[in-house]
Amino acid sequence: MTEIAAVAPAPIVGRSFWGDAWARLKSNKASMVSLYYLIFMAIICVFGPFFVPHQYTTIYPDYVRTPPSFSAYPKPEMIETALRDTVKRMRVDVEEWHQEGEQVYVTVTSSKEVDERNTRYIDRSDTFDNAKVESKSPDGLKMVLSATVKQQYFLFGTDNTGRDLLSRTLMGGRVSLAIGLLAGVVAVAIGVVYGATAGFAGGKIDEVMMRIVDVLYSLPFIFFVIMLVVFFGRNFVLMFLAVGAVLWLDMARIVRGQALSIRRQEYVQAAEALGVTRRGILQRHIVPNLLGVVVIYMTLLVPQVIILESFLSFLGLGVQEPMTSWGVLISAGAKNIGTANWLLLFPAFFLVSTLFALNFVGDGLRDALDPKDR
Amino acid sequence: MLLYVFRRLLTAIPTLFVIVTLAFFLIRVAPGGPFNQERGLSPEVKANLEAQFGLGDPLWLQYWHYLQNLLHGNFGPSYNLPDFTVGELFAKGLPISIQLGASALTLALLIGSTLGIIAALNQNKAADYAVIATATAGSTIPTFVIAPIIQLLFGLTWKLLPIGGWGDGALINKIGPVLTLALPQIAIVARLMRGSMIESLRSHHIRTARALGLSDWSIVVKHALRGALLPIVSYAGPAAAALLTGSIIVETIFAIPGVGRYFVDAALNRDYTLVMGTVVVIAIFTILFNLIVDILYAVVDPRVRYD
Amino acid sequence: MNTSQPILAVKDLRVRFRTLDGQVDAVKGINLHVNAGETVAIVGESGSGKSQTMMAAMSLLASNGEATGAVDYRGRNLLGLDKSALNDVRGRKITMIFQEPMTSLDPLYTIGNQLMEPIRRHRKLGKTEARKEALRLLELVKIPDPERRLKSYPYEMSGGQRQRVMIAMALANDPDILIADEPTTALDVTVQAQILTLLAELQRKFGMAIVFITHDLGIVRRFADRVYVMRYGEIVEEGVTDALFSAPAHPYTKMLLAAEPTGRKAAPPTGAPVLLEGRNVEVSFKIGGGFLAGPPLFLKAVDRISLALKRGQTIGIVGESGSGKSTLGRALLRLLPSEGSIRFGAREISGVSREAMRPLRRELQLVFQDPFGSLSPRMTIGQVITEGLLVHEPSLSSKQRDARAVEALLEVGLDPNMRNRYAHEFSGGQRQRIAIARAMILKPKVVVLDEPTSALDRSVQKQIVDLLRKLQADHDLSYLFISHDLAVVRAMADYIIVMKQGQIVEEGLTDDIFDNPRETYTQTLMAAAIDVKKFRIAS
Repeated sequence: MTEIAAVAPAPIVGRSFWGDAWARLKSNKASMVSLYYLIFMAIICVFGPFFVPHQYTTIYPDYVRTPPSFSAYPKPEMIETALRDTVKRMRVDVEEWHQEGEQVYVTVTSSKEVDERNTRYIDRSDTFDNAKVESKSPDGLKMVLSATVKQQYFLFGTDNTGRDLLSRTLMGGRVSLAIGLLAGVVAVAIGVVYGATAGFAGGKIDEVMMRIVDVLYSLPFIFFVIMLVVFFGRNFVLMFLAVGAVLWLDMARIVRGQALSIRRQEYVQAAEALGVTRRGILQRHIVPNLLGVVVIYMTLLVPQVIILESFLSFLGLGVQEPMTSWGVLISAGAKNIGTANWLLLFPAFFLVSTLFALNFVGDGLRDALDPKDR
Repeated sequence: MLLYVFRRLLTAIPTLFVIVTLAFFLIRVAPGGPFNQERGLSPEVKANLEAQFGLGDPLWLQYWHYLQNLLHGNFGPSYNLPDFTVGELFAKGLPISIQLGASALTLALLIGSTLGIIAALNQNKAADYAVIATATAGSTIPTFVIAPIIQLLFGLTWKLLPIGGWGDGALINKIGPVLTLALPQIAIVARLMRGSMIESLRSHHIRTARALGLSDWSIVVKHALRGALLPIVSYAGPAAAALLTGSIIVETIFAIPGVGRYFVDAALNRDYTLVMGTVVVIAIFTILFNLIVDILYAVVDPRVRYD
Repeated sequence: MNTSQPILAVKDLRVRFRTLDGQVDAVKGINLHVNAGETVAIVGESGSGKSQTMMAAMSLLASNGEATGAVDYRGRNLLGLDKSALNDVRGRKITMIFQEPMTSLDPLYTIGNQLMEPIRRHRKLGKTEARKEALRLLELVKIPDPERRLKSYPYEMSGGQRQRVMIAMALANDPDILIADEPTTALDVTVQAQILTLLAELQRKFGMAIVFITHDLGIVRRFADRVYVMRYGEIVEEGVTDALFSAPAHPYTKMLLAAEPTGRKAAPPTGAPVLLEGRNVEVSFKIGGGFLAGPPLFLKAVDRISLALKRGQTIGIVGESGSGKSTLGRALLRLLPSEGSIRFGAREISGVSREAMRPLRRELQLVFQDPFGSLSPRMTIGQVITEGLLVHEPSLSSKQRDARAVEALLEVGLDPNMRNRYAHEFSGGQRQRIAIARAMILKPKVVVLDEPTSALDRSVQKQIVDLLRKLQADHDLSYLFISHDLAVVRAMADYIIVMKQGQIVEEGLTDDIFDNPRETYTQTLMAAAIDVKKFRIAS
């Protein structure tokens, strides 16, 4: 070894565990694509609803169960029906109608004098806008009205009550992702604290704590969830805090196992031999070495929670109308597969692709963080 | 071994007792009761009904009665399906759920294991990637998406299967539900089997077998597979318990009269006896299959001894 | 036994592995041959590619490995042979035994079942005949009570017995070549000697060629006719054993041959004070029983042991695995609960609480065997080394701690610029230096060294031994040196305690123990060690 000046020289920075893991993850294409996809999905679900022209609650009675389309509604063949429906509400008869570009002109007749305020019926419809009286026969029994055809896009189609599926899907995503994250964090937090305590304390305390987990395990999981629904009723935030509080069991077991094995590692024994306090050992050795497992498990837990939420919503126990989630949408879709299969397909695609992406990210993280590779 | 089984069954009693107790009081402290749903029962009728079922008694007394009845194998009457006892409901529905669950489990174990073994033997080759992709898809797509899609494709588009219904157990009615139940299990078993086979194939004694020039069949089936079975066995136990006690999703979507639907309905309607019955049945299945897992462990691995 | 006709010829063999961090060339175009009936040794340190060479020859490489070149067995290239043709050679003409006797047998089948398998496959014998053969083979490898052993499972046997079974399986079909990959490394010395003797005997009986893959020059010297020395995937030197040992040409070979730790340690002056003293120290572990399962069962890992470590002294604790020597070391540092009295200086520390023990910890340090497991993967080595300072000198600023880290690294011969790196970026020897620095930074009085050199290559071992001796001289340290490696103990310790099954068999000054062991067990231990190493280069 060459002589080195005693003045502390600028040290070479090493590759930390997390730096290494990130480099590995970056080289894993499927995981990176999935990661970007998840980020994209989160962005469109959070901000998308502000840019979609339709509110997720708005009902368009003219557009019930409209199939998805890239071109604008109304379609040419729909104009006449819509027009006749609207005019019918004015209690007048259509004598003639024609279309010039965006404008439609309709000549209406009636046995009584036609009221000019009737144009509001046209404005109220989902198809037309800017209704004007063009001309009126002297006796007032005949009137020519004009209106613009409102151009509406329903890229994902509409649902049974005529609500835009795109905005509903994005809103649903917002709810599903938020719940997944929320309950995931709760579950991980409880699981880590519980498991690490049991694993680190060891002995009798560990035995008792794990016996409690065993008993909770043998209670049917769905029973728990339903009891929580019964208790918390319709408040889904509270409910998912509670669901998170149920899902911690796996995490606790995993963390305990890890904590036990880390505690047996020689570097922990070395710290004990140095006289490091229990707190120091927990802080500097156990927790940092647990993080990898926790991160991996978290990516597994989030999809689990999302599925659980969807499952509950599917059973009608989750989010309540008009608020929505992917589970609610899929449930509605499943009931309408005969007549409107897009109601199933779009939300299902969003849910499944997100689950896939989470899965790939989880796999990538596992590969990147698994110390076995070292 | 017999002694061990006996001892395990004995220790199952306190576990069961704890579960029954927990469930009993949990459902009782939940707000509401079996007869105050929106049914417009007059207060007198309600009071009558409650008296008839002893719901007016102090809770501990009800608990005591319930335990006594349970010990005699009596689950009590269903509050919301008044023509039936809970026992009768299970006698009717459980065989159906078990049929579906057992078929799905068998399929899953056979197909899943085969796929997993194929993948492990062709690690990082096309066959492996194909299995991984299928398994990822199968385990990621939730049942409530698979089921309607099966209905959509096989029922509506191609008209190969009925959309739903039990049809008195006709084979064609079972295909959809069994497929839905089996697909995720196939995926999970395939993944598990692949992982544990790869690990098993890497172990030193497989290297020994290769160095001794043993046949591929002997290496894979006799030496690698047996060791790789343990994780599958420990997965299959709880999975069997869950599958055999019915799936609410599948039974709802395909309109199957099994027991999977009772739980949610009963809990929501505060049908106390039916909820308790379901809890007990699920717990018994779980305990039983955990025991079977432990016994199978000893069969597969001579190092495991229970005495 | 030497006929000069090569039956196995390795030509320009290259082995590559695809890994996450790119391609690794494990073997870089080597040539070697094996003649009928001779014993060839391939010698090298870890990572030299010696095992992979033979794995490639047997087509046993891991799935990410790939071999090119040729491995000709009696004129037929084994590389690229189809499976069934290959399996006519593997296990029949060429067989192999491995380093890991504990895991090389299938745990799920009986010994008899596993022994009969290659017999039935290659010789197409019926069940009864195969069973007879299996019995004969077990007798051949001197397994006691073979009839009963046929029905045993591997977990019921010791490591040495399992290795015998492995040998029996390998010899079942009267092979031409037996490849032995570090066959005795995982075994205790006494067992090692027995296995080696058995192999030599069997070779005399059957006349097969043996290829020894080993890092142990003693084995080479004793058994091999010819030697290949490998380093970094290349053969650096080859030759007839005696010639190569007496006149090594390549500097690496010379270095290997000189890598035996040498020198002796003088005993401390007679008046040196006793620093650490144990009286009737006992450690027991609960191994069964208890609640619902009968009376608790205890295993006495350390059974009434007394010792006194003086300032500047090194006590070597010698014993085979399971003798309780590591447990004793930890008990003396109060890292395990124990019975009996332990005194540090004038103070009784056996009943002292965790908190009261803490200030004493800086004087009583420990260095572990495994340089990979004993450093936290999440901390820079600077943090690792200074962790003790956080406890014992909490007033230090981070700058002062950093300066101490630099000092400590320099002392153990590492570049202090590396202090922000992580443990996985260092080699085994460097890591062990880091572990030593972590203990030394606290300026301890007593250091328990638990097999600090056992996981290292010989050449690195010597450097660590030298470092430890230098540190002892500089700081007047007392060592408790735990090891199963007699050569290292002899170079390190001035006093020796021989342990067996938790008890002291014999103790005394190093030279007395080595030259005139009194107890039979010590004699066997010494004989076994010296038997194997007898022909080691005279130092």
